[in-house]
Amino acid sequence: MSEAVPVIEATALGVTIGGQPILTGIHLTVTPGEVLALLGANGSGKSTLVRSLLGVIPTTAGSVRLFGVPLGPSAPWSRIGYVPQRMPAASGVPATALEVVASGFLHGRTLRRPHGHRQSALSALRDVGLAERAHQAVQEMSGGQQQRVLIARALVRRPDLLVLDEPTSGIDIPTQSTFVETVSRLHDAGTTVVVILHELGPFAPLIDRAVVLRHGRVAHDGPAPRARGEHAGEWHDHTHAHSDPEEPPSPFTVEVLP
Amino acid sequence: MTAWDQVVELLTSPLMQRALIAAVLVGAAAPVVGTFLVQRRMALMGDGIGHVALTGVALGWLVGSWAGLVPQDALAVPGAVIAAIVGSVVIELVRERGRTSGDLALALMFYGGIAGGVLLIKVAGGTNANLISYLFGSISTVSTTDLWWTLALAAVVLGVGLGLRTALFAVSHDEEFARASGLPVRFLSMLVATIAALTVTIAMRVVGLLLVSALMIVPVAIAQLYARSFGRTMTAASIIGVLVSVVGLTLTYWQDIPPGATIVVLAIVVYGVGASVRPLVRRPSPPRDPHPDMVDDVLLVDDGVVDPPSRTITE
Repeated sequence: MSEAVPVIEATALGVTIGGQPILTGIHLTVTPGEVLALLGANGSGKSTLVRSLLGVIPTTAGSVRLFGVPLGPSAPWSRIGYVPQRMPAASGVPATALEVVASGFLHGRTLRRPHGHRQSALSALRDVGLAERAHQAVQEMSGGQQQRVLIARALVRRPDLLVLDEPTSGIDIPTQSTFVETVSRLHDAGTTVVVILHELGPFAPLIDRAVVLRHGRVAHDGPAPRARGEHAGEWHDHTHAHSDPEEPPSPFTVEVLP
Repeated sequence: MTAWDQVVELLTSPLMQRALIAAVLVGAAAPVVGTFLVQRRMALMGDGIGHVALTGVALGWLVGSWAGLVPQDALAVPGAVIAAIVGSVVIELVRERGRTSGDLALALMFYGGIAGGVLLIKVAGGTNANLISYLFGSISTVSTTDLWWTLALAAVVLGVGLGLRTALFAVSHDEEFARASGLPVRFLSMLVATIAALTVTIAMRVVGLLLVSALMIVPVAIAQLYARSFGRTMTAASIIGVLVSVVGLTLTYWQDIPPGATIVVLAIVVYGVGASVRPLVRRPSPPRDPHPDMVDDVLLVDDGVVDPPSRTITE
């Protein structure tokens, strides 16, 4: 991988949904091998940004390049793994963990699974500690187990860029540590990671750089912002919710420290 | 006459042979499409397409009578194919946009389809009675040409449904992930809609447009009572579809009852029996800790991975 080609390059990105501008003038460059945290209050546009970068929702302005290729059918989809916030609500038809993970082999114009897909899918499930549940229906699993199935689905194609949407919100502790271990292992192997976080939490030691969004604009891009006051305690865990989206919550107040 | 003689007689009747082949093809193909529709929460889509196909039948009839074709309904099936594909693509577009309620759009198509069909058949010089065989099926009059059509369309449906099973599963299971993987989501969704439309037109002969969706959906409902995976649900539904179609059709050889309705009632009876005996058949899983890997203490989500040795909270 050439150092010169950014993994993600968004230029003047704008997204408008239902006449409402959700994102405006976003410039974002992610370089190979870095771990980038996307921070911001609820409704600041974190998920929308990630979804528009990956082509889930259409952009209304600007351009996105992934590994130097414009977003579209010819983008190198096999190099990108995405972990959404949660699994879609169950429909009437059951699906096993193995079937869900195997769907991660498909990307771009590759509509069939490669040879040996079963072994790779089983090994991806083993990596997230769900080997013995491979043939269980995901609908019967807990939220944390479903999340681990989603990580396995993203990793099965061995991506060079992993994108995680709020991996630590509302999930059990073993799954949180699975996420942190996974990101740490991938980071060591040179994978680029973009992770949406509500707070740095257990990811803090891994984060190289943080981008803070506020009202659909980049409010900060640089070192991870340090929490203020009582939030700055080494073991302080920021758990309370913020009711007023107009006032950005204090942990995300930007203080670029020398 | 012994029972064996009766079976031989049944199997040697050319009419019955054609009907049985059609029933096997439709019984196998319809639940394959149905599995994707149930997974996409569009179980009623087949009904919507079926109603629209009736307008297609009448349109084909109208064009046939203008062109002076004999018989007048020579273009009814092509008309149904075209109307069904157009209808399914429109339903899919409405679903994709998500602005209008998909529910409401489907309802409009139901009513528009039936009313359009009844109106156009009159204009074409036919009567409502001509529509009955399309509405309720006419498997006992399947011609060799019909059979070839059924064979070709069933081959397309099964080829697409099974060949692209993983891709169609991916799009139906998690559309957001499919988009983030660069899959051609719109093309694949349209493909599901199109094979659903083709299935409606081939199943029209067997069970009729009004009951077409039952053959797609009820076998899936039966299969998912017992199956635990997507693949097994699809396989089991397809086998159930063939069995109820063949058994239902065979019954009508000796009893003067309508085949389409018999097949559907049979399928629903099987569902009822399957649902009733499920608690008895399915072995209960022993009570166990669902999360043996979880720590016993009550830890809140954000407590962190380890217990903090000290807290330095400054006001």
